[in-house]
Amino acid sequence: MSRIGRLPIDIPSDVTISVDGQDVAVKGPKGELALTVSRPIEVKIEEGQVVVSRPDDERESRSLHGLTRTLIKTTPLVLTGLAVVLPLRVGLFNIGGQGQFVISAAMAGWAAYATRETGFLALIIAIVVGLLTGAIWASIAGLLKTSRGVHEVISTIMLNNIALGIIWWMVTTGPAVHKNTSQIPMTGPLDEAAYMPVIAGIPLGFVIAVLLALACSWMLTRTTMGFRFDTVGKNKFAAGYAGIPIARVILMAMAFAGALAGLAGAMEVTGTMHHFEPAIGGTLGFDGITIALLARSNPIWTIPAAFLVGILRTGAAGLQFATGIAPEIVDLLLALILLFVSIPVLGKWIFRSRADKVEASSTSWGN
Amino acid sequence: MSEWFARNRAMAILGLVVLVLAYAYYFADKTTALSMYRYSWSYAVPLVLCAMVGVIGERSGVVNIGIEGQLLVAAFAGFFGAAYSGSIIVGILAGVGCGLIMGGFLAWTTVKWRMDQIIAGVVLNIVATGITSFYYKPGQLLPSLMPHVNIPGLSSIPLIGEVFFKGTGVIALAAIVIAIGVHLALFRTKWGLRTRAIGEYPSAADTAGINVIRMRLINVTMAGALAGLAGVYLSMDSTSSFERGMSAGRGFLALAIMIFGAWRPLRAAAAALFFGFVTAAASQLQADKVIDVAPQLVGTLPYVMTLVVLAVAAGKVRAPGAVGQPFIKEGQ
Repeated sequence: MSRIGRLPIDIPSDVTISVDGQDVAVKGPKGELALTVSRPIEVKIEEGQVVVSRPDDERESRSLHGLTRTLIKTTPLVLTGLAVVLPLRVGLFNIGGQGQFVISAAMAGWAAYATRETGFLALIIAIVVGLLTGAIWASIAGLLKTSRGVHEVISTIMLNNIALGIIWWMVTTGPAVHKNTSQIPMTGPLDEAAYMPVIAGIPLGFVIAVLLALACSWMLTRTTMGFRFDTVGKNKFAAGYAGIPIARVILMAMAFAGALAGLAGAMEVTGTMHHFEPAIGGTLGFDGITIALLARSNPIWTIPAAFLVGILRTGAAGLQFATGIAPEIVDLLLALILLFVSIPVLGKWIFRSRADKVEASSTSWGN
Repeated sequence: MSEWFARNRAMAILGLVVLVLAYAYYFADKTTALSMYRYSWSYAVPLVLCAMVGVIGERSGVVNIGIEGQLLVAAFAGFFGAAYSGSIIVGILAGVGCGLIMGGFLAWTTVKWRMDQIIAGVVLNIVATGITSFYYKPGQLLPSLMPHVNIPGLSSIPLIGEVFFKGTGVIALAAIVIAIGVHLALFRTKWGLRTRAIGEYPSAADTAGINVIRMRLINVTMAGALAGLAGVYLSMDSTSSFERGMSAGRGFLALAIMIFGAWRPLRAAAAALFFGFVTAAASQLQADKVIDVAPQLVGTLPYVMTLVVLAVAAGKVRAPGAVGQPFIKEGQ
């Protein structure tokens, strides 16, 4: 049962809504919006209220209603969480997930729209473009770190702000601008063939994200590269004496992280929004930090951590809807969670016997 | 004086060249030059104050990534404190108080509880964004404008007087005093020597009988008041309105400025002025249609500059030795 789904929506007096099959058009004083609703879901207007319902209680439509939303929300969170976990393992704190995410989403959305004639191929193009853009964007921070010693926390924060400027420029006066009826600047809509498929109520993107989390875990624990990552992260000097190319490991970790965040951006465009707009995904990139620390930089644990944050984020909209509480309350909640998981003293009080195991992931400042 | 000049020759010559160029432009085109310099200074004021927060924190061995959050909450508290109480003074006190509280939080979690300093700062920033958006109410107005004063005598100096001492807000004046004060305190007083000691080599300082934990707690907390002042300046002096996320990365910019200024207060203040001037110059060129670049891209200029400046400066300066590490007294 999805209580959010069952709640009727009041139509304000100066807003008109028209429903034509699966297409819903909303017209109000501030502009127009159009939305195409997924197949089994029905939208009707009854007594000045919009009612969203599902035709039956079959498994597929029920999952489409509630769980799919959470899974869709969880998908990019797993990836942006991994984008923080990998650099943390080499001792870098990647705060740039948000920037890597949005700029990749913008490039992917633009590329997918430009190649919309090619049908399914546009999906592949969007994903490749997203991966590459994210990897390049994060590599800037990696290069600044290895060649000039610029601390990654500052450089990734700056890159976040620069990315924000670039995406706004792209959709307002830049190359990706698309004239449409709504007031929100965005790229053109994708062709339906280029949507990320949903198989039996489970979004394909979620499956990919879970597989990537498993792959990261395998890489970190079972391969030479993973061993190098951990050695550099635990003791840079020892790694240097052991002949591990530290600069290359750092660059690789950042590029992988960027690619993961970029993939999240491409998936958000092809799987959820079906176009790009600057507000895409809200704070998905920043939530990655909370998730990574919650998961104690373990790739597998990013899945449940992302699921938790996904539920909170999905629930925030319903919370505002039902009680009028601003959704930012979730930010406060997440900050508290982050606080409590990273105070080492607190961990020692709670898990007395495992005191040495609960040391928070540590980041470095000086070098 | 000659000894000082010998030690700071490069800086002194650079300063002189900049001053001559600034005056040359001032006499060539008085109105444009003045408006640009005024804009530069008003952009630089919160950066100067925040850079002092960073300098005091890192000189005592604590990284403060949370300046951004302190700035935002102080701007929020200052504006709404003044709007609801109807008094500017209450607003200023509320802003400075919030800066202190957040500084105290950072100090307590990182020094007492040895929480990772960067994570503590990130938490501070997330809380700040959440709280200020959660309680934000549009449509509020300040009861009155911040007091602006002319300093008799000083304000009649051409250029310098006109920019810094003629009709400037009290916080901008305070920023000058604070920058000079922090510099003198750090390099000329007992407190400064001890602060530098606990940031450079805390166990040596501990052996010498300095209470490292207490001193770090006090320094980081008190520095928060300066971030509070900067926040108040943002929402009550330079704009007289509060908007969500109005700190816009200035707290991080201040950290870059601190590194560029080699962890020295006056050099950091000069670096902040330089940042202000580049921003002013960019918007002036934009307004004159000399360069035709989208405003969104011009807006990224301070961030691009931070990266460039750090890439140039980062390898050449050295951070305080113990920065970022919690102090654990032996035998504990």
